[in-house]
Amino acid sequence: MVYPTETATAEPVDSGLSLRGMTTRFGALVANDSINLDIVPGRIHCLLGENGAGKSTLMNVLYGLLKADEGAVYIDGVEQHFRDSRDAIDAGIGMVHQHFMLIDVFTVAENIVLGREPGKFGLLNTGSARQQVRELSERYHLDVNPDAVVEDLPVGVQQRVESLKALCNDAKYLIFDEPTAVLTPQETDELMGIMRALRDEGHAIVFITHKLHEVRAVADDITVIRRGRVVGQATQDMTEAELAEMMVGRSVSLRVDKDPAVPGEVRLEVEGLRVSDPTGAVVVNGVSFEVCSGEILCVAGVQGNGQTELASALLGLIPILGGTVKLGGKDTTKANTRTTLQSGMGYVPEDRQKDGMISELTIAENLVLDQIDEYASFGRLDLGGLGRNAEALVSEFDVRTPSVDLPASSLSGGNQQKLVLARELSRPLQVLVASQPTRGVDVGAIEFLHKRIVAERDKGTAVLIVSTELDEVENLADRIAVMYRGKVVGIVPPSTPRDVIGLMMAGTPYPEACASCGVAVDEEVTV
Amino acid sequence: MSEQPKETFVQTFKRNYLGGSFLSDVVTMLLAFVWAFILGAILMVVASPDIMAKAKYLFANPGDFFGAAWDKITTAYEALATGAFGSMSALGVTTAQAAPLIAAGLGVALCFRVGLFNIGGQGQAIWGCTFAAWVGFGLHLNAVIHVPLALLAGVAGGAAWGGIAGFLRAKFGANEVIVTIMLNYVASSLLAYLLLHQLGRPDRTDPIAPLVDRSAMLPSIPGTRFHLGFLIVLAAGVLVWWLLDHTKLGFQVRAVGGNSNAAATAGMSVPFTLTMTMVIGGALCGLAGSLLVITPNALGEPDALTPLLVGSIGFDAITVALLGRSKPLGTVLAGLLFGAMKAGALRMQGAAQTPGELASVIQAFIVMFVAAPALVRTITPFLATRRKAKAAKPVASVADSTDVPAIAEVSAA
Repeated sequence: MVYPTETATAEPVDSGLSLRGMTTRFGALVANDSINLDIVPGRIHCLLGENGAGKSTLMNVLYGLLKADEGAVYIDGVEQHFRDSRDAIDAGIGMVHQHFMLIDVFTVAENIVLGREPGKFGLLNTGSARQQVRELSERYHLDVNPDAVVEDLPVGVQQRVESLKALCNDAKYLIFDEPTAVLTPQETDELMGIMRALRDEGHAIVFITHKLHEVRAVADDITVIRRGRVVGQATQDMTEAELAEMMVGRSVSLRVDKDPAVPGEVRLEVEGLRVSDPTGAVVVNGVSFEVCSGEILCVAGVQGNGQTELASALLGLIPILGGTVKLGGKDTTKANTRTTLQSGMGYVPEDRQKDGMISELTIAENLVLDQIDEYASFGRLDLGGLGRNAEALVSEFDVRTPSVDLPASSLSGGNQQKLVLARELSRPLQVLVASQPTRGVDVGAIEFLHKRIVAERDKGTAVLIVSTELDEVENLADRIAVMYRGKVVGIVPPSTPRDVIGLMMAGTPYPEACASCGVAVDEEVTV
Repeated sequence: MSEQPKETFVQTFKRNYLGGSFLSDVVTMLLAFVWAFILGAILMVVASPDIMAKAKYLFANPGDFFGAAWDKITTAYEALATGAFGSMSALGVTTAQAAPLIAAGLGVALCFRVGLFNIGGQGQAIWGCTFAAWVGFGLHLNAVIHVPLALLAGVAGGAAWGGIAGFLRAKFGANEVIVTIMLNYVASSLLAYLLLHQLGRPDRTDPIAPLVDRSAMLPSIPGTRFHLGFLIVLAAGVLVWWLLDHTKLGFQVRAVGGNSNAAATAGMSVPFTLTMTMVIGGALCGLAGSLLVITPNALGEPDALTPLLVGSIGFDAITVALLGRSKPLGTVLAGLLFGAMKAGALRMQGAAQTPGELASVIQAFIVMFVAAPALVRTITPFLATRRKAKAAKPVASVADSTDVPAIAEVSAA
């Protein structure tokens, strides 16, 4: 396939921000290689690439957080020299980071004036700070309460605070680094609206992402980066498959080839499950479902409706208030984590960094984290066996690493997720529970993980997937259970129209949702 | 299937030991020592009234001042080195001073690895020397049984004391820093009480216990201060290394220390691991305490148990563990270093009339500079220019962003 070539000419643009020949190296690794880029005000420029392609490195250079080894930055034709982010901010560049740079215990106003606190003689003028926030809020239509404490705010609102922080420094060029990773679908739509509004006001927006549907929704210009180099410019009329091929370098199938499920005996039986969160609120309120061998049940729903707690409770990580859980016929309601794992549950946690792997330990050690007894006799570890196991798994799951003795932190996000899945699938399972199995994972690795999960189902394992990505749910599910406010609204087939599922995710029961969408009710669905 | 080349042995060796980072770390650590000694030299000159008097007429006759200063510095450091390594007997003193530091350092380091701050080395060592002393003078047995029994008693005492803090942390989430510090007070008060009322010598009113029997003392080479205890703590170092890298418990220690959430999700019992680690850490500090009462001092006699015998070993152990980066080998070497400095300090004090505390100050500087390699690199002239060239290094860790490139792409690129 012939890609459109770079449109960036040798000369920097007269009006706008230009990068020419940006090269940044970390030791032997070339993170950015002679990158040319033009960012023009009044347009949304998407920077598309897999995890590890070099997008964040490029933006960190632009924002003054890193020094490039070669290359130059021009604003309106004039070469810039940024010593630190202060210089970049003064030049009109603002950045909304992927991992928020907010102080959780401060209020919104305190966070926004961070670094330019108003006040005389060392005394902070909070009234003036709050006034500033209110003015900015109105000007940019970004609703925030200046006195709210950041850690109490939902993630979507926290991001608004980040955006305001960038804007209040009179940023003309706004960089959003993977902003939607932590947002619900509704919050994502709101954010895109904000980006369009800012663009229409004359700001230049740089939107870094690896999510194809977002790019197609909002981009004016698209630059694709792969392994540190600009691959080319893409256009909005390209299909997702074409964009994916540009990003990854080979054709990627976005849909999994799945044979119809052949369900066998019931492997996981959940009956009237009730779970509370640390504050005491009941977040899983009487959930019942079954998963049979050889089928995939997906629990869909917007983040925060009890799915996270449901998965944790199944593993015994948090106590169960009421109801029962039966794994392969055995009651595991009161069982601890170790017993549940040994009874045949595989568990891929939602947050791999926090619960799934230990960054300091080696890849080989992480691959046996929940199976260490298999490699210990009388307390002594079989290091040779550990190594052999690791080599086999790394090869089978295509985990990219030169050595299994490197720390797990050296792996990219996609490879880390493959490590966690490889570990769970390396022992005989009755049930596989996977929560957000492809969160923060790039397109190439998603393809692999989905294939592997389906293969596990075909082996006869019962699979329970909890996911907030509707694409993934539709791709993988044999049945979909929609959760809202701690209850299962209904269990529907994957052929159910998206709109119906969307309404169910907001709480509407199945028959009403079908009626609203003018769709015939599927008689087989039992709610 | 993966078609990327696997790393060869030579590549692994190069990456681990000849990579820029390892060499640069070693050079920085050596420079930390150099700077510490330079600062120590400045201090000893400034602290000497004679030499400062000569500074008054510095511009008239600089030779006097610089000559005297140089004299003093060289005499002092020569004495330090001789006192530490200059003769067989000096080496004996070094190992004797180092042994308790190594043991307690290992105890603290092991707890650091599991994520616990064991500030209770003092209290654990106190029970170590108390139980060992009590077995030593309270029982009268054949040396073959007496020595191991005394050691065992001390180890058990320290283990139990550490176990209390571990249990409270594991079961109730009690902050181990607070619990161990408070237990230190309890231990030292109990010791004072015991010495005044139960264990004290009948012929004295001050808190001092009888000397342990000869049969309870660790064998030593006569005429020197080399004793078996030094070999025992070296063996303890090997044991800790073996525990961490070759056993299931050690695996759990490193896992819980690395990320206790992930360890719990993998089915490990975090409370059990925390408690066991405090027990073993306490045992090692108890071993350190035992060594204080059943090994010969400079006069060839055992030291008597007093409230001050333990000194500041619990806190010294923390600096030893920090200097050794909580690794077994590093801790042993750090303990040896501090033992050497203690051994040399006495001689330095005598030969060059430097204050006794100077050695402690230099030790503190060493730890300070080792803990802040960036500081060392900044103040060292030839390293500072290299620092500018390295300015492409990110301020925040690269691994924070999900953009960490797979290392395989380097060899592929």
